[in-house]
Amino acid sequence: MTTDIPATAPTVLEVRNLAVEFALRGGTFTAARDVGFKLQAGRTLCLVGESGSGKSVTARAMMQLIDAPGRIAGGTIMLSGEGAPVDIATLNPRGDAIRAIRGRRIGMIFQEPMSSLSPVHTIGAQIVEVLRLHLKMDRQQARARTIELLRQVEIPDPERNIDRYTFEFSGGMRQRAMIAMALACNPQVLIADEPTTALDVTTQAEVLDLISRMQRELGMATLLITHDMGVVAEVADDVAVMYRGRIVEAGPVDEVFHGARHPYTKRLLNSVLKLERTSELKQASTAADPILSVRDLGKLYQPRQGFLSRRPKTEVRAVDGVSFDLMAGESLGIVGESGSGKTTLGRLILRIVEPTEGTVTFRPATGAPIDVRALDKRGLRGFHQQVRLIFQDPFASLNPRMTVRQIIADPLVVNHIASGASLDARVSELLSMVGLDPAMMERYPHAFSGGQRQRIGIARALALNPRVLIADEATSALDVSIRSQMLDLLLELQQRLGLSFLFISHDIGVVRYFCDRVAVMRRGKIVELGPAETICTAPEHPYTKALISAVPHPDPRQKRMRTRTRLDA
Amino acid sequence: MSLEPDNLVTDTDHATELPLDETQFVATAGASAAVAGQWTLMLWKFRRQKVAMASLVVVLLLYLVAILAEFLAPYDVDMTRPQYTYAPPQGISLFVTTPDGGWRFLPHASGYKIVVDQEAMRRTFVVDPEQIIPIGLFVTGQSYKLWGLFESNLHFIGPTNPADTVYLLGSDRIGRDVFSRLIYGTRISMSIGLVGVVISLALGVFLGGISGYYGGAVDTAIQRLVEVVSAMPTIPLWMGLAAAIPLTWPSGLVYFTVTAIVSLLGWTSLAREVRGRFFALREEDFVTAARLDGSSEMRLIFRHMLPSITSHLLAMVTLAVPAMIIAETSLSFLGIGLKPPVVSWGVLLQDAQNLRAIANAPWLLFWPALAVMVSVLSFNFLGDGLRDAADPYDN
Repeated sequence: MTTDIPATAPTVLEVRNLAVEFALRGGTFTAARDVGFKLQAGRTLCLVGESGSGKSVTARAMMQLIDAPGRIAGGTIMLSGEGAPVDIATLNPRGDAIRAIRGRRIGMIFQEPMSSLSPVHTIGAQIVEVLRLHLKMDRQQARARTIELLRQVEIPDPERNIDRYTFEFSGGMRQRAMIAMALACNPQVLIADEPTTALDVTTQAEVLDLISRMQRELGMATLLITHDMGVVAEVADDVAVMYRGRIVEAGPVDEVFHGARHPYTKRLLNSVLKLERTSELKQASTAADPILSVRDLGKLYQPRQGFLSRRPKTEVRAVDGVSFDLMAGESLGIVGESGSGKTTLGRLILRIVEPTEGTVTFRPATGAPIDVRALDKRGLRGFHQQVRLIFQDPFASLNPRMTVRQIIADPLVVNHIASGASLDARVSELLSMVGLDPAMMERYPHAFSGGQRQRIGIARALALNPRVLIADEATSALDVSIRSQMLDLLLELQQRLGLSFLFISHDIGVVRYFCDRVAVMRRGKIVELGPAETICTAPEHPYTKALISAVPHPDPRQKRMRTRTRLDA
Repeated sequence: MSLEPDNLVTDTDHATELPLDETQFVATAGASAAVAGQWTLMLWKFRRQKVAMASLVVVLLLYLVAILAEFLAPYDVDMTRPQYTYAPPQGISLFVTTPDGGWRFLPHASGYKIVVDQEAMRRTFVVDPEQIIPIGLFVTGQSYKLWGLFESNLHFIGPTNPADTVYLLGSDRIGRDVFSRLIYGTRISMSIGLVGVVISLALGVFLGGISGYYGGAVDTAIQRLVEVVSAMPTIPLWMGLAAAIPLTWPSGLVYFTVTAIVSLLGWTSLAREVRGRFFALREEDFVTAARLDGSSEMRLIFRHMLPSITSHLLAMVTLAVPAMIIAETSLSFLGIGLKPPVVSWGVLLQDAQNLRAIANAPWLLFWPALAVMVSVLSFNFLGDGLRDAADPYDN
């Protein structure tokens, strides 16, 4: 989005000393304090920070959209242009004045396009409503304008798509519709709160392109909130870094990326740049024999014939003829966008989902190879002790009703491996192994942060001395600074315990950092498999090329997305 | 946005400390919240709800009345005095006027004088403030056996002279004390709800649980059963089943049979709710994790899934009790549930079925109906409060 608009462009919106407070049981939580920045016509300010830094609260404050018990505790938000300047901070959140600003003078795009659009109204009806409300257009005018808007945001065949519902749209299309809605009244300011976080990288690149093009055309001031330094480098003119409710560093994008002064900014940039190459901890794998062999594995979802419907439904191949070998001590990355079948693949190997075709062969340290698909219940239990799963969501994967001790001890108890004092000793050992204080084992999961919970999940996976770990998006839910810590922990454990990893992820950076080899999945098939470095720097398959080139590069001097390869299919 | 405990730092200038190593965050989390289990969190949340707390007090008081019925009631439940039929409630006054015009503290009820209604040629009772019947707390009266075990003649409230009669809430057709009968009725009406719910709960959790856990054909079969049972017209079915109870059965057995009949129809909504929760839980990551840990199905269900819904079950049960109370009351009112000599609120309301009773003795309708309403409302408010508190991670 970087434009050639100079830093002297007129200021449209200026925030000064903004403070947002939440009254909670046992005190006041200040989500944002002393926040100040300027939005200038035609320029993009990126507000960057990790979860809980107060960036979303700040954005919502600018529209008076903070939910109770939160409130703006101080500061000014001056919106200029169109008559006398207005201080949004003093407006009644339910008054007419703010409603005339929301959607009319300030447009907003949210992270989750599905929940920000109504599922029971057509896309067109929702945009028409905005136009009729704010610009007092009549029905025909509004409809014509809506079609024009949908065309502007590159929704194909707008005359037909205007009458469709949100659930008929893909994620990227929904976000485009959301942008059309935000821009319907030609707002002076556009606030985009993590607009691409829920999208795949290739879609993200297109949506960011679109936002920047619309900004150029309309000369809007844009505030983009994101946690992704890559996105910041690609689109920002100015950057403000938020940390625990404060802006700790602000300035033009190049200055912040190449001359960061604040230690937090430096830490953040380091952890991002770290994921741009292979880990230093990584030792060349002395891959010997395959420990896990997958041949022609497939899952065919045959739709059940409906009770009353006679129309045959189409079958879905979630995973289609996948073959690979996982060597002992190796990390194999499985990369793909949402719906590529990578998560299903992991579940097929563990038989959480039953495969419909193909074979999975596991070679234990001693004894004959095991045909996993032929295992009975008891055999499968043995297999599950050796091949363990690490989950994506550190919140959902720990039983909230159990203490950490009970969670980690559970696999040891049910498999009759340890009890009493030896059980406690083993739990303590596992906790220290993943970098947690064993004294915390009496606590419940809710007392831990996301990264700590993921460590607990890893400890549980390690409890049975497994040989293979299947990590399903194990770092996706974590902030970037914690992400690299988690990967370093896994690398260290791998070398200490001789583990093999099947590392499923949508994040190319994480896979390059962690893996020896990478398999790229698309529509249930592996399209390319090779050494991690080769796949990430010189891919051969056109899909891999498009995928890699769409990944934002965290350096404003080398923007990758501009020159990305597009895949037409 | 989520307000995690590690954000709850109170320091003023933390920008310099850089706790990027996330293991440092723990110390700032409130240690008490960290080791507080589900039930503690739920209790904290429940305590903040004023209406639910008040309802809890009312419910506990009602059960206290049920437990101590013999002691609290001034008279035995079957004590009849044919000379006082349809006697109106006597008010309680705390002071009497002395002949010299002063006041004296003496809790008392006013007596009756009999007036003959010339038109209907009927004797009616009128409260006569001239007559003073002193009453007191912890008085001796008719002897009773508390819970059928302890012989006593101490009553919480009653006339100080055992020969006097006091009808605080009036008397009925054959001169029985409505107040005493209401207290005894509490015991039956409040317990039939609990016993009924226990049976419903057992059926509902068992059938709903296997329906939700196994899914497929089992689920289909159980759900069809639920639909058939819920489609049955309740009153005719109750009447049919109640008619099958032999008249010669002792009242206790009839009581349990009626409970069973009521709960046989009450389990369906519980089963549906449990099934829905199990369906959702089955897909939860932590349940998958437990399965991969090697947990057996029994362990999965009882160690991992059921504890996750116990707090919700408690709320569901609390909301199911009033339905049972209403069901018992309606059945008994219609004469197909409990029958005299058993005393329940429904049985008391039977006396208020005819027009003459309502016209001449409205207290026969009012007090039992009020008791039903108070208990049902309290249970509903309590259940709502529990349901809101049951999800500690909700907010």
